[in-house]
Amino acid sequence: MADLRSNFIGIKSPNPFWLASAPPTDKEVNVRRAFQAGWGGVVWKTLGSEGPPVVNVNGPRYGVVYGADRRVLGINNIELITDRPLEVNLREIKSVKRDYPDRALIISLMVPCDEESWKAILRQIEDTGADGVELNFGCPHGMAERGMGSAVGQVPEYIEMVTRWVKQHSRMPCIVKLTPNITDVRKPAEAARRGGADAVSLINTVNSITSVDLDLFSPQPTIDGKGSHGGYCGPAVKPIALNMVAEIARNPATAGLPISGIGGITTWRDAAEFMALGAGNVQVCTAAMTYGFKVVQEMISGLREYLDDKDITMSDLIGRAVPNVTDWQYLNLNYTTKAVIDQDACIKCGRCYAACEDTSHQAIAMEPGRVFRVREDECVACNLCLDVCPVENCITMRELAIGEIDQRTGQPVRPYANWTTHPNNPMSRSAAE
Amino acid sequence: MTNSQLTPGVVPGRLPAEAYAKNFSDHAPPLAPHEARVAADRCYFCHDAPCVTACPTSIDIPLFIRQIATGTPDAAAKTIFHQNILGGICARVCPTENLCEGFCVRETAEGKPVQIGALQRYATDHLMAKDDHPFRRGPATGKRVAVVGAGPAGLSAAHRLAAKGHEVTIFDARPKPGGLNEYGIASYKAVEGFAAREVDWLMGIGGITLRPGMALGRDVTLAGLQADFDAVFLGMGLQGVNALQTEGEERGNVDDAVDFIRDLRQAGDLSALPVGRDVVVIGGGMTAVDAAVQAKLLGAQNVAIVYRRDQSRMSASRHEQDHATAHGVRIICNAAPLRVIGNGAVREIEFMFTDDSLTDTGERFRLPCDQLLRAIGQRLDGAPDALTLTRGKIAVTGPGRSSIPGIWAGGDCASGGDDLTVTAVAEGRDAAEDIHAQLMEAAHG
Repeated sequence: MADLRSNFIGIKSPNPFWLASAPPTDKEVNVRRAFQAGWGGVVWKTLGSEGPPVVNVNGPRYGVVYGADRRVLGINNIELITDRPLEVNLREIKSVKRDYPDRALIISLMVPCDEESWKAILRQIEDTGADGVELNFGCPHGMAERGMGSAVGQVPEYIEMVTRWVKQHSRMPCIVKLTPNITDVRKPAEAARRGGADAVSLINTVNSITSVDLDLFSPQPTIDGKGSHGGYCGPAVKPIALNMVAEIARNPATAGLPISGIGGITTWRDAAEFMALGAGNVQVCTAAMTYGFKVVQEMISGLREYLDDKDITMSDLIGRAVPNVTDWQYLNLNYTTKAVIDQDACIKCGRCYAACEDTSHQAIAMEPGRVFRVREDECVACNLCLDVCPVENCITMRELAIGEIDQRTGQPVRPYANWTTHPNNPMSRSAAE
Repeated sequence: MTNSQLTPGVVPGRLPAEAYAKNFSDHAPPLAPHEARVAADRCYFCHDAPCVTACPTSIDIPLFIRQIATGTPDAAAKTIFHQNILGGICARVCPTENLCEGFCVRETAEGKPVQIGALQRYATDHLMAKDDHPFRRGPATGKRVAVVGAGPAGLSAAHRLAAKGHEVTIFDARPKPGGLNEYGIASYKAVEGFAAREVDWLMGIGGITLRPGMALGRDVTLAGLQADFDAVFLGMGLQGVNALQTEGEERGNVDDAVDFIRDLRQAGDLSALPVGRDVVVIGGGMTAVDAAVQAKLLGAQNVAIVYRRDQSRMSASRHEQDHATAHGVRIICNAAPLRVIGNGAVREIEFMFTDDSLTDTGERFRLPCDQLLRAIGQRLDGAPDALTLTRGKIAVTGPGRSSIPGIWAGGDCASGGDDLTVTAVAEGRDAAEDIHAQLMEAAHG
């Protein structure tokens, strides 16, 4: 049976599934329940400086985007960092860690952007027994207005500076949590590495308004008739997160920098995808907030079964897809496929036809008796028919062998060649004289 | 009264008083809003959807379901009513398994179609609950149209004609409008006076005058209508009931199923309605099922439907058949009545077993029976002589044109189409469009 024990930048946990710093990790009672349910680690909800704690709104903190049957696809929140006194959190962290020495317990931190503040908080958490710190440079709402959270994460120089302070004033492993609310995630990741970070974690939440109340004309969640942008998370943000993880994993300047993957991880499969793109472990929040802590049990059994079926170890999985993430210009322009409709599996809904005829390449013919056939002379292999088909595997893409005639172009399929050498490319390396 | 299910003969009050309300409550309760959203989400929004093709009124089903899914059930209802102004009753009585739902691609994929009928009811109920008719009349044309029959065909035609700006008068032989919706379907399909409420709502368009108690051939004549109106639409349905032509059929407690259903629908107190202990219904259609199930719900001890052919040939849908058997009705097939036996009233019936070509196999059996209900079809009685008939119905071509110019016909009394509510609605609507086109052409000629 596959071994799921994880060692992420020296922090050991019985499995790679951590709860992200968020509402579920704000209190001892929650974290104990999480560990009882089987979570490998917890990043304690962000602590701020000593003194009067932050306050939260007393109206709704969350907005939601639903799929069918009220399935939660995304949640945004306007909750700030912990609103409980620092000493209470420190006492509880110590107590939990004492009782769960085998689990990872990381403390998320967010204090003003000056060395003294960071030095002070690091000193205060020193004897909690925590395994590491995560620097919250990601939260896009509320705290950013006060020069913290994503306000730091959006300026690579600040990331580097603060990370350096942390490494200077603490021996703890340091994870830098990145915001996705930037144009190029590689820059903050590079800054974190320059500052000495042991790892980055990403993504934090995405700036968002989940919906607008069309009676009140106010963004949701609505607080007394007004709304503010919040941080979006859950399954809806996973594609954004996967891309950012991959960008850091394949960037020569950050290659090898450990990554803790975050962003809409709901099932073992999501976790495996993050790991394949280079995440050494994963952090989860929305899935737990939606279904409770028990979801980790499916993640554990699922990942184990997958690794067993593949007969690979977890370290074999981590980063395995990274070499296959490339730039568009290196994609094989001679690779040719054609859609094939399995007439026995087809239920004749005609969605492929509507999609292709209305919005794509008019490459599906509708014949008497609602028989839908691909016209290979028009099919550009865009895949849209397959994507909208409600029957799994009814439409597949057939790869044309090299030498086979592509009915659309009338030309035989040729071996690998990409844009860099394409005759239409003005920058083509083998451009004609 | 101390009758029970075991009391012999045709007697009232077989059940405890409280049982009637429960037995005759809505047999398919409406979807709650969340249920409707979940059901709506299953629709694939098919291209050129097979369900639409299968609907005699061609309701844009994917569109109305998407409108429900996006939280606009009233817009969904307008989509339905635009094609089928009686979409409310059709949602309740359509044999959807043979129509829209039978052709749903989800039926192909997983044997569970989108609940189109239930969703149609959800949308139409939602809009009808508002005290506002969704359509407005066009400018008055000054044309007058007579409609004979206030059933589905006549109401559909009348509404469409009124919407076009014509003045419509509906003549109906019965005291209440609605036709079979009011008199001819099981009460648990249209509870709380739905048929009457629907007519009231439909009349909200304005421009329709209802003249109940006016039968064609008795109170008005076709020639008179032709003289008084610019066009005539005939939608009077089928009044006659086919006889069994079986020995002893004249004995007591041998009734027509349509009368049994009518009396039940109009009864103020179901516990006062007599029903046999051993009820036999002869026939294989919706009327047979509606009569049999309701006899059971009234407290009959044993109810059997006897059909002369194989069960697969029953015109009642499979869903209806299952509904009957689930209520304890026994369905006996390949059997035809030979003799109604009894001294005054029916006591038992002798049947022969037949093969599928209705040939006597020589095998006999008897069923105890104290109430026999005939449900072997209805026929058009008293059609005006001037009209050409085909196979016992008013011959029509195209959109309901009869053999006489200026006279249209639709619904069960007219040739063509199945004898279904939804088909009658489509025929009434299409005839109205044709009448309108002809009247306007004449006016602008």
